[in-house]
Amino acid sequence: MEYFLQQLINSLTLGSIYGLIAIGYTMVYGIIGMINFAHGDVFMIGSFVSLIAMVLLGVGTGAFLPLALLIVLLAAILVTSVYGWTLERVAYRPLRGSFRLAALITALGASIFLQNFVQVSQGAKIKPIQPIIQGGFTFFENGSMVVSFSYLQIFIIIITVILLSIFSYIISKTPLGRSQRACEQDLTMSKLLGINVDRTISITFIIGASLASVAGMMFVLYYGVIDFFIGFLTGIKAFTAAVLGGIGSIPGAVIGGLLIGLIETFWSAYFTIEYKDVAVFGILVIVLIFRPYGILGKPEVEKV
Amino acid sequence: MLIAKNISSYYGNIQALDNISIEVNKGEIVSIIGSNGAGKSTLLMTLCGIVPAKTGSIIFNDTEISTLPTHEIIRMGVSQSPEGRRIFPKLTVYENLLIGDPLKREKDINLEFIFEIFPRLKERINQRGGTLSGGEQQMLSIGRALVSQPSLLLLDEPSLGLAPIIVKQIFETIKRINKENDTTILLVEQNAFGALKLSDRGYVLVNGKVTISGESKQLLENPEIKKAYLEGV
Ligand SMILES: Nc1ncnc2c1ncn2[C@@H]1O[C@H](COP(=O)(O)OP(=O)(O)OP(=O)(O)O)[C@@H](O)[C@H]1O
Ligand SMILES: [Mg+2]
Repeated sequence: MEYFLQQLINSLTLGSIYGLIAIGYTMVYGIIGMINFAHGDVFMIGSFVSLIAMVLLGVGTGAFLPLALLIVLLAAILVTSVYGWTLERVAYRPLRGSFRLAALITALGASIFLQNFVQVSQGAKIKPIQPIIQGGFTFFENGSMVVSFSYLQIFIIIITVILLSIFSYIISKTPLGRSQRACEQDLTMSKLLGINVDRTISITFIIGASLASVAGMMFVLYYGVIDFFIGFLTGIKAFTAAVLGGIGSIPGAVIGGLLIGLIETFWSAYFTIEYKDVAVFGILVIVLIFRPYGILGKPEVEKV
Repeated sequence: MLIAKNISSYYGNIQALDNISIEVNKGEIVSIIGSNGAGKSTLLMTLCGIVPAKTGSIIFNDTEISTLPTHEIIRMGVSQSPEGRRIFPKLTVYENLLIGDPLKREKDINLEFIFEIFPRLKERINQRGGTLSGGEQQMLSIGRALVSQPSLLLLDEPSLGLAPIIVKQIFETIKRINKENDTTILLVEQNAFGALKLSDRGYVLVNGKVTISGESKQLLENPEIKKAYLEGV
């Protein structure tokens, strides 16, 4: 039981990270109907920016921690958004209206480009970092069994909840959010109402990249190591989360993220850690067979 | 207010508009009539910059708009309730109206006039757009096009698929919008009789060309029009 509780806490943390990335996949798919395969690498960029900012600020070496982390967070959001925005402008917008495969191919190309760019500029070696947020609450101890909620996990979950609240406020209540939802449903009609559709799409990429960059920062803090390749596997898992939840559905992305976190953690805990990724993708296959449009998705309606 | 001269537009290689010239003056209701596939909807989409005009010029309030992106044309005071209504099905009635002026915040948007002419929309304010009846969707589509207080309103077949009694109401409301709200209206209709009764002037579109134009009263008497569009009405 204690072990189970502990795994639940762990999976919630991991699920937060996947959920934040998955939103980026699902929003971009919702608005322009393409899978942004470079999104995982945008997350990777976010993690590198965070790491660099932490090193520059000397985070964890005595500086006032909450303030330092806030600066790192803002730096990651800012720099990564620029990447997300540029990606759309340079790689995707010129091909909009072209055949579907073209967008897919440039997305893969952009992904390879970002990986190589970071590999060349930052080196291929893995980058470790000292644990920054240590300690935690211990709920109860029972002989060798301990259930604890580390401060880091609390930090990750609280930041996720705050971000999701801000994000859902923007989407449901502001003019920007309404435009965003209108564009998802009917691009031509949105133009006819005076919405600058290109700008709305740019903002969608910026929002997705911002959320992914925060996930990148959490990843650095949680795992303590990153390299230029982390965007690939983490990205595919977050994409899986988006598909599992129903691609195009924002709540679906969050639920999907939590589920992937749950599956991965529990599989590692009770079966074999080596096969955790296989388990994640295996479950995806099973869900797709029985519910091809995901948990909250709608049966595919051809986009007009 | 709007002067379109010699415009032609194409879908790929297929020509949909052939050297069309029309004019709409401030305060008028102008109707465009024509049968299926004549190019009426294409004309409205070309005026709004959705379908590019390959030749000719479109001048709105002394500005050339044929090269502008759609959102800039709309922000100059043009608005369209397009064919098929194109309500956002997942947004509520209220949100569908708010998006009619997409840059404004909720508290800066005044829906009073719209609820006055379409009280039904007020009753259904929290219902999803996709669950409205055809007539209600038509009201919502026109209402949404009015939120930004356009000076020129383009309406594409507002009577399509509606019961005669509702059609009558919609036509009366269009007149009201024109009179009380000072909105110039360009009305596309297959219901030639209703449209000509309502409008000041009219154009007849056949195969992408304007064949006849003039005062609506005269068009109603025109034997050719009577034969082609008004028989059996
Ligand atoms: N997206 C499109 N691609 C190719 N051809 C099109 C497209 N839209 C319209 N057309 C063609 O252009 C011509 C004019 O169409 P349009 O929709 O403007 O007619 P309309 O007068 O509005 O007809 P209706 O009264 O049936 O609505 C038609 O021959 C139509 O087939
Ligand atoms: Mg039409």
